[in-house]
Amino acid sequence: MLQEHFLTRSRRHESLMGWLFATPWVLGLLLFNLFPFVYSFGLSLTSFRIGYPTEFIWFNNYVEMFTDDPVFGKSFGNTAYFVALGVPLGLVTSLLLALLLNQKVIGVPLFRTMVFVPSIVAGVAVALLWMWILDPNIGLVNHLLREIGIRSPPLWLQDEDWAKPALIVMTLTGAGGATMVIFLAGLQNIPTELYDAARIDGANSLRQFFFVTIPMLSPVILFNTITGIIGAFQVFTLAYVATGGLGGPNNSTMFYALYLYNISFWWGRFGLGAAMAWFMFVVIMVFTMAQLALSKRWVFYAGE
Amino acid sequence: MATTTATQPRTVGTSRRPRIHWPRIIHKAFVYTLLVSISLFFFFPLLWMMTTAIKPTSQMFQIPPIWIPKPPQWDVFHTTWNRTNFSVYLGNTVLITVLSMIGRVGSCALVGFSFARLRWPGKNVLFLITLSTMMLPFQVLMIPQFLIFKEIGWINTHYPLWVPSFGGAAFYIFLMRQYFMTMPRELDDAAKIDGCGWLGIFWRILLPLSHPALATIAIFTFMSQWNSFLEPLIFLNSSKKYTLALGLAMFRDQFDVDWNAIMAMSFLMVLPCLTIFFLAQKYFIQGISTTGLKG
Repeated sequence: MLQEHFLTRSRRHESLMGWLFATPWVLGLLLFNLFPFVYSFGLSLTSFRIGYPTEFIWFNNYVEMFTDDPVFGKSFGNTAYFVALGVPLGLVTSLLLALLLNQKVIGVPLFRTMVFVPSIVAGVAVALLWMWILDPNIGLVNHLLREIGIRSPPLWLQDEDWAKPALIVMTLTGAGGATMVIFLAGLQNIPTELYDAARIDGANSLRQFFFVTIPMLSPVILFNTITGIIGAFQVFTLAYVATGGLGGPNNSTMFYALYLYNISFWWGRFGLGAAMAWFMFVVIMVFTMAQLALSKRWVFYAGE
Repeated sequence: MATTTATQPRTVGTSRRPRIHWPRIIHKAFVYTLLVSISLFFFFPLLWMMTTAIKPTSQMFQIPPIWIPKPPQWDVFHTTWNRTNFSVYLGNTVLITVLSMIGRVGSCALVGFSFARLRWPGKNVLFLITLSTMMLPFQVLMIPQFLIFKEIGWINTHYPLWVPSFGGAAFYIFLMRQYFMTMPRELDDAAKIDGCGWLGIFWRILLPLSHPALATIAIFTFMSQWNSFLEPLIFLNSSKKYTLALGLAMFRDQFDVDWNAIMAMSFLMVLPCLTIFFLAQKYFIQGISTTGLKG
């Protein structure tokens, strides 16, 4: 009886302490995440605009986005292009780098560092650096292109057709970063016995890669794909800095997040901005869920 | 890789000279060529940033480009520092970054401990909600956050940039929880017998053993806050309050493009990140690889 009483008391004490320890996050979650999350949905149903009276307009912002705003469609298309091209290119580059840096030769730590370091130089500095390298007249790249006989090299960021590829190249310089390190860790987790067994069965390097490395790496590939896509949907800083926030030329680098920023903080149309943000959230959710669902078909978990 | 090891075992015999393994040598040469060229390729832009900064103006646009400036203009760092608000931006950035690091390490350790070690009603639900907030893009939160901060008079102050760190962050809470879970429960029991309360277990037993995880959070927070752009862009509007990233971006808009100064400023901004990376490389790489494998 006494013992029971003591037990419940200590359990109650533990519950109390549990909540106390979690207090910072309970506050952080409510104030900076859940409340803004719900609030922004509410906003998306209003005409809220700085300096104008606010009305409740149901789903009119969403209707306006899809039917009455050509730039919205274009910005979504730009981001889709960026996701569809940039993410796979980035993943393949990172994986190839990881394979190369997984070779057991002397000096590999030095090479790993050299490949990794550029990825910690993030955002604004990268954008500025590449604007300089890709400058149509005095930049290094066009200088080299002229050297090898290309008389009118692309204008890169100032050319509608080349601006997005140029931005993708910028992001690829970070391919030696976190994604590569995660691939590398994944590669090092594959037991060597699997390769020995494959070799005894007569598998050459290429077959070993496709029938041992890729399946064993598939959970890591899934993780990197999902984080890569979520990141690519939100691409902002590069485009903002490289185009002075304008998304030019001719809106070719007006990415979704950039347009959303401009609508909200340039035009002050917080209602419409919130609607755009919610649409973005839904798209990211759907993509992530779809990938998790599809992953059951191709991801192989060694533990199961 | 596979073929070289397969050809190995024949050399054992009586030959006086060690046999040369051509396939292996060719393979190694190939690997080294790739390693050297690719790592130079990736590392090169950073070098270019450096050489551009210290080039005399006369050599800036020279064709073919000058790779090693003669003489290097080392004083560009000095003049840029004086000519711009660099020191103000640096002070702001350091303040925000340090406070965020303290806030995030502290809060995530506390909350992670609670999730890993204590039993309390509602824990599992809260944990699920925590995990799902990782999918929330900042874009969904930024407009309401702006309006809230405006309401309480925090726009154009540094509060919106570091106060939320004290509320923790889902990803790092998860990291801490995973880390605490790997520690044996016997530690807690032993401490309890010695009369330690939960706070004592946290502070005296588990925390001193979690340096790697704490360091990882601190370093990641440093990197993200130091380079953060969208938040300062939204919440700050007078240049006295700017962070380095924001100041650097605005600096480009402001003047004629002075590539010397821009590259010098970029380099100065990047330098602390590089230093931290080289000092704490181990924690950095460990942190990344564990998140990827457990996530």
